[in-house]
Amino acid sequence: MAATPLQRFQTLVDNLRAALGPDEHFTLSYSAEHSQFIRFNHGRVRQAGDVSQASALLRLVKDGRQAEMQFTLGDQAQVDRDRLDQALVHLRETLPLLAADPYLKLDEQPWQSHSLLEAPLPDPGEVLAEVERGAATLDLVGIYAAGPVCRGFASSFGAFGWHQANSFNFDWSLFHASGQAVKANYAGQSWSGEAFAARLQQAREQLDYLGRPLRVLSPGQYRAFLAPAALEEITALLCWGGFSAQSLATGDSPLQRLYSGDAQLSPLLNIDEQVSGSLSPAFSDEGSPRSDLRLVSEGRALERLVSARSAAEFALEANGADSYESPCALSLGGGDLGGSDVLARLDTGLYISNLWYLNYSDLPAARMTGLTRFATFWVEDGRIQAPVSTMRFDDSLYSLLGSQLEALTRERELILSTSTYGQRQTGSSHLPGALVRGLTLTL
Amino acid sequence: MFDSSALLRQRFAALRSTAEFFSLRHVRQSSQSLSVRRDVAEPPFLHEDQGAMLTVRIKGIEAYAATADLSQSGLQQALERAEALARQVSGLALLDLSEQAVASERHDYCSPNLDQPLPPLAECLALLAAESASVPRDSRLVNWQASLSISTVEQVYLNSAGAQLRHAQRFLFPGFSATASDGRDSQSRSLGRENFGQQGGLEVIERCGLVGSGARVADQALQLLLAPNTPTGPRDLLLMPDQMMLQIHESIGHPLEMDRILGDERNYAGTSFVKASDFGELQYGSRLLNVTFDPSIGEELASYSHDDDGTPASKQFLIRDGLLLRPLGGALSQYRSGLDGVANSRACGWNRAPIDRMANLNIEPGDQSLDQLVGGIEHGILMRTNRSWSIDDARNKFQFGCEWGQLIENGELKDVVKNPNYRGISARFWSNLSAVGDRSTFQVLGTPNCGKGEPNQVVRVGHASPACVFSQIDVFGGDA
Repeated sequence: MAATPLQRFQTLVDNLRAALGPDEHFTLSYSAEHSQFIRFNHGRVRQAGDVSQASALLRLVKDGRQAEMQFTLGDQAQVDRDRLDQALVHLRETLPLLAADPYLKLDEQPWQSHSLLEAPLPDPGEVLAEVERGAATLDLVGIYAAGPVCRGFASSFGAFGWHQANSFNFDWSLFHASGQAVKANYAGQSWSGEAFAARLQQAREQLDYLGRPLRVLSPGQYRAFLAPAALEEITALLCWGGFSAQSLATGDSPLQRLYSGDAQLSPLLNIDEQVSGSLSPAFSDEGSPRSDLRLVSEGRALERLVSARSAAEFALEANGADSYESPCALSLGGGDLGGSDVLARLDTGLYISNLWYLNYSDLPAARMTGLTRFATFWVEDGRIQAPVSTMRFDDSLYSLLGSQLEALTRERELILSTSTYGQRQTGSSHLPGALVRGLTLTL
Repeated sequence: MFDSSALLRQRFAALRSTAEFFSLRHVRQSSQSLSVRRDVAEPPFLHEDQGAMLTVRIKGIEAYAATADLSQSGLQQALERAEALARQVSGLALLDLSEQAVASERHDYCSPNLDQPLPPLAECLALLAAESASVPRDSRLVNWQASLSISTVEQVYLNSAGAQLRHAQRFLFPGFSATASDGRDSQSRSLGRENFGQQGGLEVIERCGLVGSGARVADQALQLLLAPNTPTGPRDLLLMPDQMMLQIHESIGHPLEMDRILGDERNYAGTSFVKASDFGELQYGSRLLNVTFDPSIGEELASYSHDDDGTPASKQFLIRDGLLLRPLGGALSQYRSGLDGVANSRACGWNRAPIDRMANLNIEPGDQSLDQLVGGIEHGILMRTNRSWSIDDARNKFQFGCEWGQLIENGELKDVVKNPNYRGISARFWSNLSAVGDRSTFQVLGTPNCGKGEPNQVVRVGHASPACVFSQIDVFGGDA
């Protein structure tokens, strides 16, 4: 019988411990997945594939020096052993060439963590049959990605972490003949044909609105409701450096004025890194147990994400952040606006389902630009009137989620990352919708 | 070079398949990323990766399986997984590829100076440390970083029609950046990094200008910190090549990708304002606009002899005298659309399937020196080095920002300004192209980070361009 991913990782760790020389230390991260990717276009399969991959990231430390090597594993015990040995040789040749690293800081705790979620996944044939049943007459485009994802960590100090979960993520759009589209997603660890059909039906109903004549808006300021998926685009941009200790210390964070106390967000805003209960591993890529952290409390900055390296460089306390200091399970607290009251409370303005391609117009000022995308509607007197043509906004975060933030919805959505760059990602965010008094459209 | 090629051929020949066509694409990548930040070397990051993608065609339906198990049994199992998947999706497949031609050529391609040894790691680190150390001590300089990434990639493509295509390439990405901050505002200036990369050897570091750049780049960051904001209003816009590459990439490259036009990317990367019927008909820009797909500039990042589906690559005009001629569409897109395209079917590695990508997408030089370009502007602004990019999913409404701005008044360069941004609409913007720099302004650049596709892929893309002038563009600054 073939070894399980956990057994393979354990064997790798055992081999590494046996090969370790005096005064040497290691950290070893492991990442593996067996994924099925099925792309759809026009409701049919455009491209189908099966990807089996595993890799290890070995950090070798000796005499205050460190270097890292990532290598692909070959699905055979001897190949894996050979590649581990080669990596060790390579790193042992490299270390003497380096100066001692003043920011080297290792987590020496022998922590243990184990998470195994093995709910069975549907056969791709079953998924295809349900797509055919539900979307045969629809212009559906998107991707179904599914299979087990594994993350492991071990260190020479005795730490050992394992995270394995079967999961699926079906991310799709339905296009109206007008060219307008609505986006939908069904993701999780336990597939239900009924739940999928319900999501599909929900998206299908929104399509009806997209056939109405397009409303063309002029630049200006508008009341707007940002659905959770739209708000997620804003928080995702902030996650790149916003809460990072290194970025904050080196003038590269869009939230530097928030953390310096020069600016503040709406008192309605509470932001947490909520790892517990999320789908992310309970340990960071550096090999520390992650912590739940309150990043923003009632609009004011609180904790920042501090990696071990930043802790050493900037004299801070490490708090289990990944090396790139980005939240992996961002949670924005809900407010008091009921989901069924959103349109009435918006009254007249924009209902924005999704935003797209955000970037900064002025990073230190947290001024950002981006576009509406998918199902964005013009609402009058609390009723949807028409889809809106693609519009660009350009606004400061301190306005959007500061002075102009009127309310947050009580209900929140758990949004699982659809990113598959390099590998299927495990990040998530848990967000409400946001009602904004004024959103500045520029083009 | 191609050490595993003979073994792969042997194993490929031993594969057993019921498919009418199958292929193997083996990719082996090695890379080394070095960086010195604020005079401290970051831990070197080394990477070794290899695996293979097996693709099958059964009754016109294609599917793939990717594996890092390169043993005979590992490859055979992957092939069988691909076969099973092709059969499973056959009832709902979008495409019948029964009649699509397949590659059968045999060819080897190597980067220029591939056999030239590079300095050992310690020397590379010393070079970066020297550059870092050249930054003047100034409390406002809060961050600076010298970096060098080197990747070598070997790819072997074999198929059941007899093709054998081998690529061996080496890519270098040197860079330097500095950030100045006064506690409230911060401004960064950079050289290379995401805006420069080439194939080759040591000469790439020289062409980037990394050596001796540290003090100058840091000084420019300080200048920006003290500079006024870019004024708001329409101006003639002189874009230098390290912003032109982004302008080409986003508002010519992506909209011309045929898979977007065919709808494959509508759920993620987006669609295009260009329609299939526009080729040969649409005046994309002014008559000064000449855009080529050019795989023949050896040092440019995406120069190659064949793409990842085995289609031979050659220089083609996509836009000539402003008229749109052909899309960025590889063999599959050409088969689907009936349009002539180019050899741009590319994958980021062994675990992702080829799709339509930009490769080398260039603007051909014009006839004006930089002095002439500046001299021809009465009320304008020069912008260089991209730092922000945003464009709609049809690749039409854009807003881009640069690190460095310099006002132009009455044909002369004037004050430096910070936060230079501009916005426009692709379908109109290129009509405003009013002057094109000559070969003295032409630079071969490229980026390692072009993202697209489901599942997602990042590929290296080359862009070469002269400096260009666009008339009456909406420019503006930041809040600070």
